[in-house]
Formats: sequence, structure tokens, C-alpha cells
Amino acid sequence: MHIVYPVVVSALLFSIGVYGVLARRNAILVLMSVELMLNAVNLNLVAFDVWLRDRLHSGQVLTLFVIVIAAAEVGLGLAIVLAVFRTRRTVDVDRLRALSEYAAEYAAETGSGGGDRDGNGGGNGGGEAAT
Amino acid sequence: MIAIVALIILLPFAAAVAGLLGSRVGWRWSAGRVGGGSRTEPRDLAAGRRAAWFAVTAAAVSTALTLWLTLRQALDLPRSVAPLRPGGSGFWGSFLPGRVEGTLTLVETGSVPISVSLRGDGLSVLTGILVVVVALAVQVYSVGYMRGDPRYPSYSAFISLFTAAMLLVVYAGDLIVLYVGWEIMGLCSYLLIGHWWEDRASSRAAVKAFLVTRLGDVGFLFGIFTLGMAAGSFQIDDVLSADIPTGTLIVATLLLLMGVAGKSAQVPLQTWLPDAMAGPTPISALIHAATMVAAGIFVVARLYPLFLGARPTLDVLAVIAAIGMLGAALAALAQDDLKRVLAYSTISQLAYMAGALAAGVGVAAHGDAGGVGRVGGDQAAIFHLLSHGAFKALLFLCAGAVIHHAGSNLMSRMGGLRTVLPVTFWTMTIGFAALIGLPPASGFFSKDAVISVIEHSNGAAQPFLYGSALLTVGVTGAYAARAWLRTFFGPIGVRPPPVPRSLSRSLPRSLPRSMVWPIVVLAVPALLFGFAWLWLTWQGGVGSGVGWGVDWGSAAVSLVVALLGAGIVYALWRSDPAQDPARLLGPFRVPCERAFYVDSAYAALVARPILRLARGVVRADAQVIDGAVRGSGRATMGLSGLVRLAQNGNAQLYVTGLVAGLLLIAVMAAVILT
Repeated sequence: MHIVYPVVVSALLFSIGVYGVLARRNAILVLMSVELMLNAVNLNLVAFDVWLRDRLHSGQVLTLFVIVIAAAEVGLGLAIVLAVFRTRRTVDVDRLRALSEYAAEYAAETGSGGGDRDGNGGGNGGGEAAT
Repeated sequence: MIAIVALIILLPFAAAVAGLLGSRVGWRWSAGRVGGGSRTEPRDLAAGRRAAWFAVTAAAVSTALTLWLTLRQALDLPRSVAPLRPGGSGFWGSFLPGRVEGTLTLVETGSVPISVSLRGDGLSVLTGILVVVVALAVQVYSVGYMRGDPRYPSYSAFISLFTAAMLLVVYAGDLIVLYVGWEIMGLCSYLLIGHWWEDRASSRAAVKAFLVTRLGDVGFLFGIFTLGMAAGSFQIDDVLSADIPTGTLIVATLLLLMGVAGKSAQVPLQTWLPDAMAGPTPISALIHAATMVAAGIFVVARLYPLFLGARPTLDVLAVIAAIGMLGAALAALAQDDLKRVLAYSTISQLAYMAGALAAGVGVAAHGDAGGVGRVGGDQAAIFHLLSHGAFKALLFLCAGAVIHHAGSNLMSRMGGLRTVLPVTFWTMTIGFAALIGLPPASGFFSKDAVISVIEHSNGAAQPFLYGSALLTVGVTGAYAARAWLRTFFGPIGVRPPPVPRSLSRSLPRSLPRSMVWPIVVLAVPALLFGFAWLWLTWQGGVGSGVGWGVDWGSAAVSLVVALLGAGIVYALWRSDPAQDPARLLGPFRVPCERAFYVDSAYAALVARPILRLARGVVRADAQVIDGAVRGSGRATMGLSGLVRLAQNGNAQLYVTGLVAGLLLIAVMAAVILT
């Protein structure tokens, strides 16, 4: 099998992941997109390991490491999301702006007018628990 | 022997240190015991008494040592050794042949070394006597005059420091050492003139004196540098004997002349002296007679051979002196404030000395050609300096007593004090007689010496100088007679006195004995010093061919002129004792009273433009420099406001930026690498 196929597939996967990280508003979906990117990398590692006929199969070994670490990372990420949800009653990354220059204004905004924002972006799903 | 000289200088200095640090020692403990810690009256008095002991003892011991040194030098007899040069320093050696010198250490500076050295020769010792005697008189007088002043300890300590500085100038063997004393005097004059600094006029006068003399001192310092560089040494002996090219010499002496004009209150820089009258009266006596103003004349006499080598400088000095003596005398004639009369008279008399110094050129150039009996300009100047020191100190101390009694500085408030203050009347009469130059008093001999020197000089400005000197003799007679008549005779002045602040301090009405004695003691040299001088010069002149008598021709002329001036004033006063005889000046009176508007001219030409410039600088500083700093700050804040728009807390936006940047870098790297 030519190397182009897995590379193209992994590039597609990575792009979908990037898009998800940049565009999704639900924190869990963002985490999933990060996983997609990781898996694209894993796919590349395996493909090139085979294509280069590496005796030691370092690519595949590294893949295993990545999978393990990704599992741990997802656990950590989900824990963070859970903690955020418990305190803020939302996992919408657009509304988690405590680090903003105008944190106070945003806080006021989320306190009063959070609902209509949520309604606007409702198509993406995820953060409905707020109201 | 040099240890004696060092001791003479160090004793007043030690008294100053002790007076400043030691007067109130133990004061805190007792204050703690009482619990208040405030300055109470008895403690002030105790501190003042202790300070007075320090100051008077040191001055007295210094005086005794100086007199002993003089005797030693006068009795040091090998006269034939010293080669005599009329007009040179040899003259001093003719009757005070002794000479002590000593160098403490040599300070290496990398180029011309500074030697910390002292020397006591005839000139030093003579001036030194004047300094210590007047300082002693002033210290004793101040004990009474300043009684009850809470700042008396620092006051007397500053007088001691002032004395020490002047003695350092007098005995310095090195120009830099001399300059140190010179500058300390400037500081002390500032401190003492501003003694009553709560009074606005006093503090202003102090600042003015300091600034004006400082202006001259800049020139003086550079003059010293020029001389030192040209001679390769700052030692006065080396400088005097060095072979300095005429051009350098003229530049250096002109620069020195700036400092001399500043310190001795000569024409371009004379304005500080009348204002300095705001200080306590004993300080005026000290500054005008012994220390500050004498320093300028002394320095010229000390470096006289250099000045003789620079004829243009002497011509400049002659013009300065001619303008100064007449102008100041006219100004004195119109003043109503007794102390200001004396102040302008000081300027005028100092200008006499400067004139004698300037005139010395002819005599020196011709050696002894003028005949036996001719003296050099520096001797006449120093003679007049000494007698002037005696009678001017006397006049000021008397004026202090008069003002103390009348409660005002203004002569229009005095009058008729002859019967009330008999001792002051007689002593002040002696002082005025000496000032006018009436025969038995010292001023007659010294002024005759000066005028005779001026008459026989052949400098370029000689006719001008001589005419001015004679006119001034007349005007001097007029203003002295006017002050004398208006103070002691005539109707008793209007006396509900607005007591000046400086006098409001609990002075007893009758004069304390500590104020009377210095006056009486000073009256003796003011009256008889001329004979002592004659005797001394006669003694000195026996073996040397430099004799000296009175030049009866010029003496008669000046005496007639002086009596004429005094007589006119007397006639005017006689016709109406209530009126001010200064009315004889007519429309010219107001300009004279304002000292020919020199102060206003300086204010318009120097002070105001400088103030305007300063304001401009302040504005430039606030608006251009600060504006640039503040502007850059504001610009940064504005720009950062733009950048901060991106920091909206949306993590996805940050990541987008990150990815975009990464892409950009990747593309650029690809473009560059391929």
C-alpha cells in the first residue's frame, strides 16, 4: 500500500481535529477533537514505521505510549470538565472567560444575559444544562 | 615658629568647633531631668555664656600670639640681608624682617602639586594684627550686643570661623590654601549676614552677598589656575619669582581682579555690601574692617609684583577705583540709614586702596626716582587698610551703640545724642575724623600716603584717578560731617521708633560694659595708629634708604578739600538744623540715594533675564522632556489597548492565533528554505 493513503487519511483526521478544537463550543467535543489529532499522529507513526521497515518498530512502540498517555490525558481532561461544570453549570468554552482582560464584564454578562447566547449557539449542543 | 602661626589660625577654628558642638553639651541631660526639652531662657543664656568664653578666649590668645610674633619679627634685626625693592615685598622686610615658613605636606595632584604651607612675613603679620584685634573687639562687643539671642552660640562660632578663614588667607603660603580660606569666608559671610534669617531682607542680602562674591570667585579660581600652570607651582614664592609671559600675566591678574572686586566690593560687584547691612552690626564691623573686604586688597598686595608686571590690569583697576570711590561717596552722602552711609563709605575707602594699588606702577617703574619718602602703592594701600580697619570697625561699633539707643537705623530719627551717649559721641568723632582725614587721626596719614602715591604715579588713568580721589576727599568730608551732625547734634529726632526686628530682642537701654570697652579700645589705634606707622617705617627705613614721612604738599591739598566739603555741609546744616544737608545735591539726590540705579540695572539686565530664562527652562522641562516621557508612556498604553482587544478570554481564539502563527512560520520557512 502506498504511503500516500494513510498520510492523506491522517491529514484529514488532523484537520478535522483542528477544526473541532477551534470551532466546537462544547468542552467535551473539544477534547474529542484533540483525541482525533492524536490519533492522526498515531496513524502517521504506524504508517511510516511500516513504510520505512524499521527493525525496532519504534513508531509502533511510540504509538502505544501515545495511546496510554492519551488515555490518562482524557481522564484528566474529563475531570477538569466535570469540575468546571460543577462550579459554572456550563461547559461552553465561549462562556468560560475568567482569564479575559474584561473578566468582570463577562462575568456580569454571563450572570444576566447568558441565556440568549446559549440559545443562539444551541445547534452545537452540549451546554444546555445552564438554563 | 611656624607652629605659632598655625596656632594663631587654629585657635579660632577650634573655638568655632567648640562653640558649635560644645555650647549645649549637657543641655540634653538637664532637659531630660526637667522633662521639657524645650529651649528655655536660662539654658540659652548658659549656652551663650559658654560660647562667649570659647570665642573670646580663642580670639584673645590669638591676638596675644600675633603681637608676640610681630615683636619677634620686628626685633629680628639682620636688615642688610634682605635686598630691598620699593614696591616689592622687600619693603615689609625692612621693618619686620623676620619671616617664618613651614610646609605641612605636599598634596600630589598629578600635575601641579599643592603644598599645604603657611608663611608669616611682614605683610602677613601686619594684616594679621588687624584681623585678630578687630575680631577680638567684635567678639567682646557681641557678648553685649547679642545678649539673649537664642542663636548666639552659632553666631560667635561663625565669627571665630570667619576669623580663622581670614587668618588662613593672610598666612597662606600657597595659592590654593589661600583660596580655601577665601571660600570659607564667603560661606561665613553668608551665614552671618543671614543671622536673622527670619527677616526676609536679611536672608535676601545673605544670598545676594554669596552669589555676587561667588561670581567674582569663579574668576579668582581660574586666575589661580592660570598662575599655577604658568609658574608650575602654587607656592606664592614660586609664583612671584617665576618668569611668566606678559600675556598670561595680564589674563591671570585680570581674572584675579574679578575675585578681588567681588570680595572687596569694587565697582562691578559692589552691590552686595550695602545690602549686607541687614546683618547684625558687629558683623558689619567685622566684614567691613577686618575680614571680608580686606581680603581682596590683601591678595593684590600679596601678589603685587605680578600686578606690576601687568600694566593693563592696573589701568583697569585704576578706572574701577576712580569710579568706585566717587560714586560710593556720593551715594553715602544721600543715604538716610546710618549703616548704609558707613557701607558706602567702606566701598569708597576700599576704592582708595585699590587706587593706591593701581597707582603703584609709576613708582615701581622708576624705582626710587621719586625721591626718598616715596612708597609703593601696596604699602600705602596696606597702611590705609590697617587704619581704615581700625576706624571703620570703631565707626560700626559706635553706630551699633547709637542704633541700639535710638532704636532705628535712620538718621532722621536720631539727632541730639551727644549728651545722651558721651562715650560713643567722642569715640565716633574720632572715627569720623579719621574717615575725613583730619590731622592727628590715623586716617590723615594713611589717606595722605594713598593720595601722594596716586599723585606721583604715571599710569594711563592717573589724571582721572587723581581728580576722582581729590573730589572724593571732599565728598567724604561732606558725608562724614553730615552723618556726625545729624546723629549727635540738632533737634532730638522723632522717636516713637518702629523697632526693627533685629533690635527687638530685650536689649537693656543703657550700654553694657562689653559694648563700651571695645569701642574705647578701638578708638586708640584709630587716633594714634598713624604715629605708630610712622615710627615703624622710620625704624625700618634707617638702614635701607626707604624712608617715609608725610607728603605735606598733597596732605595740605586734601585737607583743604576735605574741610571744604565738611564746611559746606556744616554751613547748610547751620542754616536749618532740622533739614537734611543732603539737599545740596539737588535733583541729583535721588539717583545718589539709589546708588545710581546699579541695583535696578542689574535686576533688569541680569536678574530678570535669568529668571525668565529659568522659567523657560522649567517650561521646557515640564513640557518637552517630561512631555516626551509621558507621551511615550501614553503611546504605549494606547497601543497595548489595541493588543488587549485580542485577550478576550476565549481560549479558542488564542489557539486560532497560535495555529495561524504556526502556519505562517511554516510557510515562511518553506519559502525561505526552498
